[in-house]
Amino acid sequence: MSDLKEKLRIDNDFVPIEPDDKYILQVNALKKYFPVKGGIISHTVGYVKAVDGITFNLKRGSCMGLVGESGCGKTTVGRTILRLEDDKTGGQVLFEGREVYDLSPKEMRALRPKMQIIFQDPFSSLSPRMPVSEIIGEAVREHGLVSKDEFDDYIDHIMDECGLQPFHKDRYPHEFSGGQRQRICIARALALNPDFIVCDEPVSALDVSIQAQIINLLKDLQNEHDLTYLFISHDLSVVEHISDTVGVMYLGSLVEYGDTADIFRNPLHPYTQALFSAIPVPDPTVKMNRIVLEGSIPSPVNPPKGCKFHTRCRNCMACCKEVAPEQKEIEPGHFVTCHLYDDVKSVSET
Amino acid sequence: MNTLKYVVKRVLLSLVILFFVALIIYTIMRCLPTSYIENVARAKATQPNSKTYEEWMAQLTVSYGMDKGIISGFFVWLGQALQGNFGDSWQYTAPVLQKFSECIGISFWMSAISMVFEWLIAIPLGILAARKQYSKTDYTISITAIACMSLPTFFLIALLKLVFCIKLGWFDLIGVIGRDYAMLDPWHQFLDRAAHLVLPIFTLVLISIGSLMRYVRTNMLEVLNADYIRTARAKGLSESKVINKHAFRNTLIPLVTFLGGSLPGLFGGALFTETMYSIPGIGYYSYHAMSAGDIPFSMFYMTFSALLALLGNLLADILYAVVDPRVRVS
Repeated sequence: MSDLKEKLRIDNDFVPIEPDDKYILQVNALKKYFPVKGGIISHTVGYVKAVDGITFNLKRGSCMGLVGESGCGKTTVGRTILRLEDDKTGGQVLFEGREVYDLSPKEMRALRPKMQIIFQDPFSSLSPRMPVSEIIGEAVREHGLVSKDEFDDYIDHIMDECGLQPFHKDRYPHEFSGGQRQRICIARALALNPDFIVCDEPVSALDVSIQAQIINLLKDLQNEHDLTYLFISHDLSVVEHISDTVGVMYLGSLVEYGDTADIFRNPLHPYTQALFSAIPVPDPTVKMNRIVLEGSIPSPVNPPKGCKFHTRCRNCMACCKEVAPEQKEIEPGHFVTCHLYDDVKSVSET
Repeated sequence: MNTLKYVVKRVLLSLVILFFVALIIYTIMRCLPTSYIENVARAKATQPNSKTYEEWMAQLTVSYGMDKGIISGFFVWLGQALQGNFGDSWQYTAPVLQKFSECIGISFWMSAISMVFEWLIAIPLGILAARKQYSKTDYTISITAIACMSLPTFFLIALLKLVFCIKLGWFDLIGVIGRDYAMLDPWHQFLDRAAHLVLPIFTLVLISIGSLMRYVRTNMLEVLNADYIRTARAKGLSESKVINKHAFRNTLIPLVTFLGGSLPGLFGGALFTETMYSIPGIGYYSYHAMSAGDIPFSMFYMTFSALLALLGNLLADILYAVVDPRVRVS
């Protein structure tokens, strides 16, 4: 019994951060656990630690890529930040300096237009019973963003920006191709005039030629509207193309985080190195030195003790199995969570 | 055009099914251990100075048309039925159709009223249960619904009678009118009839609500977990808008089909409920016809029920194509 209690204890110690004007979004030690139900009376017997203490900041107008293999909690990070989950388990999410989870339902609704999301699957994220104009315009009307006279023009304008034709307005989602549907999803998010958009694998359901169009559309829109993106993806080349900073996730934790150029030039964490060695190079003469990870990803219900990656790490040391490493700033703006860099002085200390 | 072709195909298929259903029912009716003719012959043979049982049997078998084999007997029945002649009921000594039209009214109104209540109650409950999935509310609603569904109807009715008729004394145990009905003025006669129907309708609602409630709950859950509901929430719509406009609207499609499927059931009567409350509806009379071995009446009732079931299925499928533009008949 005490064993179970120990398992169900949620460690929620973190140093609170102060709001900082520089950042549109500050995420500090964010945790999101999902209860695992079991037994006859279906009580909680454990947690899926989908997001287990994630810290990063996002500058206004920037794009952060979030990468990691499937099941590592990328999507949950995005949803938890937007408060699409009922509650968080621990940590802070400050959007424009305000804790998102402290807002009343009314304040939350007022904030919704400012933070939007584009989902991975454009086939299920559009209500099948609504014409496109209604999908895009419903929330605009609901929040009173434009006056009645301008409404139609506004929708036309947004659709045009996203590469949709005016005659598409009265059609239903099932009449569109995947790429067009994703354009509808983007138009839908954009219509609310947001500051921040979570792009949850927006191109992974599309084929490669369409992917490029959508990525470029997102980039153009970012420049025109001064948008901030959190770009979740498992496709490293896409992330390299669009992101200013990159976060690498493994089993609910951020193992490395920094500028895209720094990370791709000089990956520090062994997991990042393995991940990046797998990027295909479009040149048959290049010999790839792939680092092959042994074993499979451990269960997020019982993550390994110490460093979560130690079971698959080729640089595993004795301390890795016992003590969880801390996030450390190795170069300016380049953070890594690994014992290999224990001796390296953190930038903030020097 | 395509839809028309589909409907025609379905109707033709339904006719084939109906033929075999009728054949099977006829065979079973002929093989039943209860024989109406034997009972009549036995009763007649006991009268003084009468012919013997065997002689009566031989005479009655011919006059009731049961001297033919099962297959040829069936085709005789079928041939007459196709001309709209379902014969005379043995038990009620009246044309089958006449007896049917006499007793269908009360069955229809009982079913119709209980169906309205069923929908009015089951849909909100189903939505509520889905919105609070795995909560105490959900479990309470679901368990109650399953209990009402799975309790045998006669047992449920016995419980209801115990509580409402015997302990509380609010209603009469059986029948559609009270003992002093004849002495009442028209308004009170109407109230008296209405009071007698309260418990039967309540029973019908109780036993039917579970399946619809669970149907709504399942469909609602499926919709609520869809990405577009998350989209609707991310848009910042109010919760009631998310539920009513986005979620429930998408649940409506399967519900319309359910409604289409249950419409013909309005004419089927409620065998157990009508019998237990002695309500002279189609269910009550067909039960007595069946237990007496009244072949013409039973044949009509059961073939009619089969027709209603087939019609319900067909209606459901057609409605599905009508309400959901995504469904293409192929």
